[in-house]
Amino acid sequence: MIVGLDIGSRSIELAAMDNGEMVTTRQVPTTFDPLSQCKKILDGLRPASLVGTGYGRNLIQQLALGCDFTAITEIKAHALGAAHLFPEARTVLDIGGQDTKAMAVRNGKVVKFEMNDRCAAGTGKFLEYTAGVFQIPIEEFGPYAMQGKNPPEISSVCTVFAETEATSLMARGEKPEAIALGLHKTIIKRTINMLNRVGLTFPLVFCGGVANNPCIRSLLATAIKAETGADLLIPETPDMVGALGAALHLSQ
Amino acid sequence: MTQASHREMWEKLDLDLDAHDALLEVLGKFYGDIYMSQENRLQGAEYLDFVLSEVHGLRIKEIRDAQAEGRKVIGSFCVFVPEEIALAADAIHVGLCAGAEAGTDLAEQLVPRNTCALIKSFIGFKMAKICPFTEASDMIVGETTCDGKKKAYEAFNEIAPTYVMEVPQTKTETAHELWKSEVIRYLAEVEKLTGKTITPERLKAGIKTANDKRRALQRLTALRAADPAPISGRDALLINQISFYDEPVRFTEKINELCDELENRIAKQEGVAPSKTPRLLLSGCPMAVPNWKLPYVVEGAGAVIVGEESCIGTRNTRDLVDESGETMEEMINAIVSRYMKIDCACFTPNNERLENVTAMANDLNADGVIHYSLLFCQPYAHEAFKVDAALQAEEIPMLAIETDYSMEDIEQLKTRVEAFVETLS
Repeated sequence: MIVGLDIGSRSIELAAMDNGEMVTTRQVPTTFDPLSQCKKILDGLRPASLVGTGYGRNLIQQLALGCDFTAITEIKAHALGAAHLFPEARTVLDIGGQDTKAMAVRNGKVVKFEMNDRCAAGTGKFLEYTAGVFQIPIEEFGPYAMQGKNPPEISSVCTVFAETEATSLMARGEKPEAIALGLHKTIIKRTINMLNRVGLTFPLVFCGGVANNPCIRSLLATAIKAETGADLLIPETPDMVGALGAALHLSQ
Repeated sequence: MTQASHREMWEKLDLDLDAHDALLEVLGKFYGDIYMSQENRLQGAEYLDFVLSEVHGLRIKEIRDAQAEGRKVIGSFCVFVPEEIALAADAIHVGLCAGAEAGTDLAEQLVPRNTCALIKSFIGFKMAKICPFTEASDMIVGETTCDGKKKAYEAFNEIAPTYVMEVPQTKTETAHELWKSEVIRYLAEVEKLTGKTITPERLKAGIKTANDKRRALQRLTALRAADPAPISGRDALLINQISFYDEPVRFTEKINELCDELENRIAKQEGVAPSKTPRLLLSGCPMAVPNWKLPYVVEGAGAVIVGEESCIGTRNTRDLVDESGETMEEMINAIVSRYMKIDCACFTPNNERLENVTAMANDLNADGVIHYSLLFCQPYAHEAFKVDAALQAEEIPMLAIETDYSMEDIEQLKTRVEAFVETLS
């Protein structure tokens, strides 16, 4: 059994493959103790090889499972995973907990990539933090924003500055749903820049936890003039793509 | 390193001893982690370890002893300040500390926060009183390269008198004339400082010494084309860094010995990393000692660095001063034309750099290039786009990195560099 483990900043995903078939997928939150969470997610599994990816990829060295282990970057892992699900993929976008990555891929191989360099501006963290301002769970933030009309322009992608901006807009009497929509739009603006820098060509696969957000999905499709299902492809479980790619790294 | 005699010397130089001790401790630990952990290092690296361990110790003592005999010390921050002239006046030419995050808070009282780490570092080193080279300098020479530096020298001048050379921004005939007049003005200033007349014989000898140093470094650069790579990028960078501190004749001799060792290694097909290890060229801003951040990340990601297209690298060593001149006029002209070949991003246009980067990547058999800009360094950040396009035309992949001396982005850097290396293998 080959296990791919994507140790992200917010969640840890596991994909287990046996004889080229996906046999198990699991997910746990990362918490402040990712090592214990890794042990928990691996409970009961006896992998012959373990492939780590994500920002915590080197933690697998400390797992002492007695199996082979290796680490690949989340960039490679997402490209492999996305190309497996959608062999026609030309561009892959992954918006995770603290990073956004855009990759140009050809036959599952990354030819060019862009990634935010030091802060988590415009990533899942941004949405999570700003959802907190509206006192709603992150899962409901997207649908909530979709009720918004005439969103005000929010110029900052910096999480802290955007909160300040949102607070001032609320004080000015703007509708909260509209502000929420404005916040979603700032992420899209930043993401489009990144996609253009790698040379966006269709089809684009959108994965990572933020791909679960229906507002981001619909704004992205509009912004790049893409038809969902044809030019814009979204996996059924977008958060699993990294773990899947990690497992595929050795399965191929 | 903390011998009593050294401490006395530092005290006389009015260093802040506690802050300086802290710096040396961090430096020592950093060096241990980044350098001493390397495998298959050269025997000649002992020289590097020794020079670095004594860079604030024995080397400063040598300098102080020379000063006691009447020689002068000229400190500079840029490869545009002609070393030949200092050597011709029997002065000691050194690069000043600018590669560590030190005294940043102090520096931000003199220059804006959005100033590159290199500038903040040299100001910080001075204000925190932890650079013995700065304190020992009889003359500090600045230059009008980028806006950040030229404005910083105005502020720096308030705390450390700084002689500024005007470096032109273009390479036209009038720019050459301007630079020539600046070289002549500098020569006179150095004569005044040292009390020595720079005769044609002395200048010829100065040119020869500086060229010999460059020739040794050129030899090192050429040997790095071999696969497997015979020397790590970290050690090669250190050699280039040390070239700004150590006595030039001794340095040249040691580096030539080290190159002999490299030749033997290459003949035996031995290297620091196995053959087929992804080979990368670093290109862009200078990495002043002890800025080993990016090389450490790159070589930790399973690649080997085969060249530094940088001021602390080939930008400082690629061109020699023509040695055929006999008269002062001929030699000054030769110096002027050599320095005007420097492809610094401060020039507009600076297309020769694009040719040089691609040629270097090809000559050194690099699989890819990492373009390195210091945060807030406009000239190099701009050229990253052009270099990328020039390399793309040759189908050489490039990764652009913008960073500073802090460690806050180290994990993101690792991910990006590792992902880049993955695309090459």
